[in-house]
Amino acid sequence: MSMHTPQPAEGPASFYVLEEEHAHPGSGTMLGFWIYLMSDCLIFAVLFATYGVLGRNYAAGPSPADLFDLGLVAINTSMLLFSSITYGFAMLAMVKGRKGATLTWLGITGLFGAAFLGLELYEFHHLIHVGATPQRSAFLSAFFTLVGTHGLHVFFGCVWLVTLMLQVAKHGLIAENRRRLMCLSLFWHFLDVIWIGVFSYVYLIGVLP
Amino acid sequence: MSPAPDSTSFLFGRLTLAALPLHEPILVATFAAVALGGVALLAAITRFGLWGYLWREWLTTVDHKRIGIMYIILALIMLLRGFADALMMRAQQAIAFGASEGYLPPHHYDQIFTAHGVIMIFFVAMPLVTGLMNFVVPLQIGARDVSFPFLNNFSFWMTTAGAILVMMSLFVGEFAATGWLAYPPLSGPVHSPWVGVDYYIWALQIAGVGTTLSGINLIVTIVKMRAPGMSLMKMPVFTWTSLCTNVLIVATFPVLTATLVLLTLDRYVGTNFFTNDLGGNPMMYVNLIWIWGHPEVYILILPAFGVYSEVVSTFCRKRLFGYTSMVYATVVITILSYIVWLHHFFTMGSGASVNSFFGITTMIISIPTGAKLFNWLFTMYRGRIRFEVPMMWTVGFMVTFVIGGMTGVMLAIPPADFQFHNTLFLIAHFHNVIIGGVVFGMLAGITYWFPKAFGYRLDPFWGKLSFWFWLVGFYFAFMPLYVLGLMGVTRRVNHFEDPSLQIWFVVAAFGAVLIACGIGCFLVQLVVSFLRRDQLRDVTGDPWDGRTLEWATASPPPAYNFAFTPVIQDHDAWWDMKQRGHARPLAGFRPIHMPKNTGTGVILSALSLVLGFALIWHIWWLAVLAFAAVLYVSIEHTFNYDRDYHIPAEEVARSEDSRTRALAGE
Repeated sequence: MSMHTPQPAEGPASFYVLEEEHAHPGSGTMLGFWIYLMSDCLIFAVLFATYGVLGRNYAAGPSPADLFDLGLVAINTSMLLFSSITYGFAMLAMVKGRKGATLTWLGITGLFGAAFLGLELYEFHHLIHVGATPQRSAFLSAFFTLVGTHGLHVFFGCVWLVTLMLQVAKHGLIAENRRRLMCLSLFWHFLDVIWIGVFSYVYLIGVLP
Repeated sequence: MSPAPDSTSFLFGRLTLAALPLHEPILVATFAAVALGGVALLAAITRFGLWGYLWREWLTTVDHKRIGIMYIILALIMLLRGFADALMMRAQQAIAFGASEGYLPPHHYDQIFTAHGVIMIFFVAMPLVTGLMNFVVPLQIGARDVSFPFLNNFSFWMTTAGAILVMMSLFVGEFAATGWLAYPPLSGPVHSPWVGVDYYIWALQIAGVGTTLSGINLIVTIVKMRAPGMSLMKMPVFTWTSLCTNVLIVATFPVLTATLVLLTLDRYVGTNFFTNDLGGNPMMYVNLIWIWGHPEVYILILPAFGVYSEVVSTFCRKRLFGYTSMVYATVVITILSYIVWLHHFFTMGSGASVNSFFGITTMIISIPTGAKLFNWLFTMYRGRIRFEVPMMWTVGFMVTFVIGGMTGVMLAIPPADFQFHNTLFLIAHFHNVIIGGVVFGMLAGITYWFPKAFGYRLDPFWGKLSFWFWLVGFYFAFMPLYVLGLMGVTRRVNHFEDPSLQIWFVVAAFGAVLIACGIGCFLVQLVVSFLRRDQLRDVTGDPWDGRTLEWATASPPPAYNFAFTPVIQDHDAWWDMKQRGHARPLAGFRPIHMPKNTGTGVILSALSLVLGFALIWHIWWLAVLAFAAVLYVSIEHTFNYDRDYHIPAEEVARSEDSRTRALAGE
């Protein structure tokens, strides 16, 4: 907003912006989205706290050491971490204005995301198959909810990613689309950070003797 | 009361004809009245050809002023429902002694006190607060709208969808009979198998989406869109309290959302978060919900504090005493409100150290609150006080709130709380602070800003009548409850054996009738003021000789609020402008960039309503369909890049010229 405020002839001080620049719609979007992410972070905080309180209530059922396959989780984690790197490449391409490269990297990111979801579903399926269902104990209720909520976020991230790819393909890297890509970037990396929490707090600490 | 579980079908889920409460004469009569009234209203809208106008100018509007007004209309409608519940409870408790069972069976009574609490907090107090913030904040900071105008419209309609769900539960099925926070295991699948708690959950979840988003929206608006020169410490106090309230909203409503999701999973999936089996822990729910619930009461009271601050300094013609301390007190309350939640359940048995910690933090909150009261008093001291209606509400608040605050400190003492816990003493306490604080503040705010919104003042005679009925009615209704609470009478009871208690309940019921008169006078005031609008007209845009920027523009303000963005030099910017002889620019208007109206908010809210209804009644195909539709419409909305337009300079000039003529008295 311009601070260019000429003195009106009849007043002692200038109280109005007379020469106004074109307003910038969406200048608050990044801040707004950041605050949204922090509110989402609180949802995860509640789920982590619930896991913290209930996570050892096995009700004579299976414990983390019985259930978790760290090898599988390691592969899964790497999928998500790689997807963050490739999203970073997409953003670099975007900054250089290279639409094709942006779309390619976004596509690769989406594939990594889908792989992550596939592995997670496989893990869930396996757990349910061996009788470790969300109903079995408070520990498993908390586990499935925390990990599942993260997975749900990744799923919606993928839906959003596809939507944005269509929009970039249609309109190119215009200002609105760049802003949207920035928002999804924040979202994607945020999910990565949450996953690191899940990986350390649920899986790694879970299998400690 | 609930049909057999085998009566579920693919097409209608749990919904059968037995869900309609045809055997309850009270509900049938209410439904008949609501249906007749609704049909009459719809017929009138059709008769006068208002559908197009309503759709274009109101339902799809992204104008923060109109959205604010719609929030307040929603709140007033829901107030009538919530207050009807209150009257029914007061009537029941006044007559249900000894052999008399009263007229409300326990299960019905339980639903009524649950609905009363839920409606009054979520669908009366919250929309009042959000509506007032929406209307006032952008005007006070010299902005043309909020940061995300479409999101604002969407938030309003989500709140409305939640309210509609609660209202539907009256006529289709039942509402929760668990108390307003739906503690498990009572609210779990075993003890509340039918739809009541599901109505509760989905109404709050849908409305909660709206509340969280509007919180984010207003934070960004206040942080990013202040007019040049308005540093944080030059913001009007109402804007400051709004900022803190919205920070609290964003910092707590996600906790409510997550907590209700866990309860939902317990009910729908059969998980064991809050059950008594397989490692579940009901007290986890109580902790989590109060981590939201305590800040929630500060979400409500802080904007009311803001209103009182504006009213006191305007009607005493003085700058607010201790502006800086007022800001710091607000911020300190914001932070402290987050670390006192456990005082709602000292009796949980968390041990002496934990209880002491939360008892002490609770008492500490009374210090910044007390500082605020002294600031208001010192503003009045040697001020030129005008006892207009908003000022009367403010003085009524100051006296009443001090009593509520002191009983709050009594409750904060853990050993004493073991006596007071869940007694009518607690009920009296929180009604004392919510009515004496929030409701009085909102009524003061409505009276204060009404001329800004509509261009004419509210009739002061009916306003004063309403004030006195409310004030006296409050004392009659709740002082007896303090007494009863000290005698050990617990809350949520629909029949008593001891006849010596009855007189106190009769007095309380009399008080409720007085408050009903207060609400009636307020409604009459709206009608009378509309009819006398030419006598009450204000053409200056500044009827109270105000101090902040909202009074610098026309009443009602044009869509763009300010033809030229104001530049702020000092506190109380408009007062400063008046003192230093500002000149309103009369030429050189430019086109103004504004957001376009959109129907997406209404559509998404309607689909969410269908989704909620389908989930409540286990109509799974409809739920899947509605969810897919929500997703589709949201995504489709993002493909629309054409969201803004310019108000042409000539149109701005036209509306500013008409204001110039009005100011000149033509």
